[in-house]
Amino acid sequence: MTTPKISLRDITKRFDAITVLDAVSLDIESGSVVSIIGPSGSGKSTLLRCINLLEHIDDGELLLDGTDISIPGFDPNTVRRRIGMVFQSYNLFPHMSVLDNITLALRRVLGLSRVIAQDRARELLTRFALDDKENAFPDQMSGGQQQRAAIARAVAMEPEVLLLDEITSALDPELVGEVLDVVRELRSTGMTIVLATHEMGFARDTSDLVCVLDGGRIIESGSPAQVFGAPQQERTQQFLQRVINAGRL
Amino acid sequence: MTPGSLSRRQIFERAQRRKSAVIATASSAIVIALIVALVPKMPRWDRVRTSFFNAERFRDSFPRLLHAFILDIKIFSWSVPFIVALALLVAITRNSRSPALLPLRVAAIVYTDIMRGVPVLLWIYLIGFGVPGLGMDRPWNSPLLWGSVALVLTYAAYVAEVFRAGIEGVHESQRAAARSLGLSNMQSLRFVVLPQAIRRVIPPLMNDLVSLQKDVALVSLIGPVEILRQAGIDKSKFANFTPYLAAAAIFLLLTIPLTRTTDWLLERERRRTSATRVR
Ligand SMILES: Nc1ncnc2c1ncn2[C@@H]1O[C@H](COP(=O)(O)OP(=O)(O)OP(=O)(O)O)[C@@H](O)[C@H]1O
Ligand SMILES: [Mg+2]
Repeated sequence: MTTPKISLRDITKRFDAITVLDAVSLDIESGSVVSIIGPSGSGKSTLLRCINLLEHIDDGELLLDGTDISIPGFDPNTVRRRIGMVFQSYNLFPHMSVLDNITLALRRVLGLSRVIAQDRARELLTRFALDDKENAFPDQMSGGQQQRAAIARAVAMEPEVLLLDEITSALDPELVGEVLDVVRELRSTGMTIVLATHEMGFARDTSDLVCVLDGGRIIESGSPAQVFGAPQQERTQQFLQRVINAGRL
Repeated sequence: MTPGSLSRRQIFERAQRRKSAVIATASSAIVIALIVALVPKMPRWDRVRTSFFNAERFRDSFPRLLHAFILDIKIFSWSVPFIVALALLVAITRNSRSPALLPLRVAAIVYTDIMRGVPVLLWIYLIGFGVPGLGMDRPWNSPLLWGSVALVLTYAAYVAEVFRAGIEGVHESQRAAARSLGLSNMQSLRFVVLPQAIRRVIPPLMNDLVSLQKDVALVSLIGPVEILRQAGIDKSKFANFTPYLAAAAIFLLLTIPLTRTTDWLLERERRRTSATRVR
């Protein structure tokens, strides 16, 4: 068996007294798409932030290509260069144009020249139908445009792993389809993708592995067919039932 | 509708705007007329007019004061870069997170507390008389130098707090986004946090700089002849207060354009980068 791209081993994360992640273990194979689903507040965003070392974990181990990256003193910048993230609230830099948002890290982290960085950025903007927005500032764009700009910013770094937090929440159905295509395309380039989502159709259609998070624990995981078709846990069934009742599957 | 012609709505809005302009002008005119009519009716107005509003004294003192004001501007201009640099350093230190920097953080807190807790004037006396008293050779015994140092040290403490508030006002998610892209802590600060922080604190920063511009005059109390001191000399010589009025006018000549220009720059920047203002 090959080493997983990312291994979570009994990851526990607490905020003061509340345990937000409770001994979460998960192997993410290289080149796979993993969806994390579950009710609001179940810890999906926190899980992604832990993988990117943005949160300090209280217990457990986090391996990237078999190397423990969670040991204290490990340089997080080398990890983050390989793991990109798109945030639930986009977090674009409001004082910079879209183009500068994308080229900042290309230039300062990867050391690309301005011209090369801008070329790469423009290519992505075209791919995300944002050609005419390169000089716009985040506050002057619609939610969906900001979301796509945020994806472009993370993708531009060509990370090995991409963490996507609710990237379809601000998109209309047509754009959801487009972003879905982008995710498939990225996957075909060998990128490993972990996404937290409430978009069950999205999870079902794109993932190799679906994990159901509830109260900080993975209560069920398996192929989309298993999880959506024949859920084992009663809690998963309840959750999916509610999703179906809400018309979201 | 053709592009050149106005819609009914536009015509209506234009009429509304005209009406507001008329009201604003009329109310200002009434206030000014009242002041002009009432003040001369005060019992001692004649005495005040000759001792404060003496045109000849004004004309005579003005060039001298303007010349003395150059020193104020000099002190101001060489102090500001040091103030901003030191203040940024202190603010960044206070916002640092590394446990290794704890001693520096404590030092920064102690520094701001002490400098802000004592009146500026007292620092000017203490440093401006104290350090030259050590008997160093020229130019190290100049009260001008140490007076400026006192201004830099005190104002840096105030400005540091302004910067700190600005840095803390930038949402943590901005730092998270920067770090997630692989930018180091320092790079995140330099490219993401500070530019946003500084933009936000420009109005309070200008406030401090306008204060500084006035407090520069306090340095005269340890020797250098700048505008306030020169005005005092003229006042004594001619037993007339008009030089003070002239000095005030000179201060305003500098501070008003300064503040108006920054406001204008800020507004332009806001318009360039932000959503349109809600009504
Ligand atoms: N910085 C924090 N301090 C304290 N509690 C936090 C913090 N961040 C998150 N939490 C708590 O952790 C829990 C999980 O939050 P998280 O954002 O991971 O949920 P989520 O599954 O992403 O939810 P959603 O679907 O609504 O985005 C929530 O109960 C939240 O209140
Ligand atoms: Mg979330």
